[in-house]
Amino acid sequence: MSVEVAAGQVVHIAGSNGAGKTTLLRVLAGLLSAEQGGVSWQGQPIASNFDSYAATLAYLGHSDALKADLTARENLAHEVGLRRSVTAAETDDALTRVGLASCRDLPARVLSAGQRRRLAMARVMLTAAPLWVLDEPFTNLDHVGVLLLSDVIADHVDGGGAVIIAAHQSPAIPRHTASCVDLA
Amino acid sequence: MALVYRNDVVLAFRRWEQIAQPVVFFAMITTLVPLALSPEHAELRQIAGGVLWIAALLAALLGLEFLYRADHADGTLEQMLLSGQPLALLALAKTAAHWTASGLPLVLVSPLLAISLGVPTDAFCALMVSLALGTGILSALGAIGAALTLGLRRGSVLLSLLVLPLAMPALIFGARAVDMSIHGEAARGPLLLLSAMLVLSLTLSPLAVAAALRISQE
Repeated sequence: MSVEVAAGQVVHIAGSNGAGKTTLLRVLAGLLSAEQGGVSWQGQPIASNFDSYAATLAYLGHSDALKADLTARENLAHEVGLRRSVTAAETDDALTRVGLASCRDLPARVLSAGQRRRLAMARVMLTAAPLWVLDEPFTNLDHVGVLLLSDVIADHVDGGGAVIIAAHQSPAIPRHTASCVDLA
Repeated sequence: MALVYRNDVVLAFRRWEQIAQPVVFFAMITTLVPLALSPEHAELRQIAGGVLWIAALLAALLGLEFLYRADHADGTLEQMLLSGQPLALLALAKTAAHWTASGLPLVLVSPLLAISLGVPTDAFCALMVSLALGTGILSALGAIGAALTLGLRRGSVLLSLLVLPLAMPALIFGARAVDMSIHGEAARGPLLLLSAMLVLSLTLSPLAVAAALRISQE
């Protein structure tokens, strides 16, 4: 199989449980090396300059990558701060956007699974990376959360970003149709 | 890099039991020795250097397991690998943070415990310097072991088996330094050797850790 993702495009990776959606995403993110074939970014194999590729990528895995003992704000400040300098106003804006403004000083361990997913999404937003690789981003989200996240993704694509989503259901992204890659 | 260091230290202090555990272990072993052997200061002084060093080494080993375990479990390790920053430098920062939370407390309480073993106050300086260097070496070497045993279910035993043999030279020279200064000799030689070992392990360990962390994702 072969997939190409252009700027301003949403790619939906579908497939049944165990079809290899997560594996594919981890290969795309460079966490796993492909047994056959390869991944290129702007014509260059990603292994040739992995760190600069990683800097253009925001990855949301199965786990939310949150420290349970840090507050929502601290989590964002640390995770995003590893990549670029981020101001407190920016993190607060992102938290408001995903509807977590009231929980910003609570440790991540007391947040619900859905809230943690929203917080992880706020991290992806804040990284300002052009390519988003999202593994089941809608898990645990309520109806409002799904709409909100779809909106965030649409905004990112409007701004010239590219998004790869692995999900069971076809994501409804406003103003955009996702091109579907079925692994089954 | 400073961010990773600060974050890890903050996290360690929020889980204070992780800091307290090695210190309590260290204190327990050193207080058991006079009870088991002899309360005579003259006799204790003969073995004090060795006892303090063995106890500190084993205590420092306790916390090593947690160095990357939590990051691996909650997914932050993946984010660290994908941060676009040089991984070896991040690993160095994490090693430094680990030493601050596990090695430094041992160094700070060591004079207190040395008193119970009859170590003269003149030897405190050599004791603290040698332990600071020694726990630093163990943190650096242990980081490699921690990164290598990440995916394993019962990694802690393997971790000790991997790390302890590598830490033997440090133990030999460290205990010797303390011993020499207890007997009123200048301990400069072994301390300089320990410093050289620390520099060597700090230089090479981050590279090995970075490679091991990448493998752990496979």
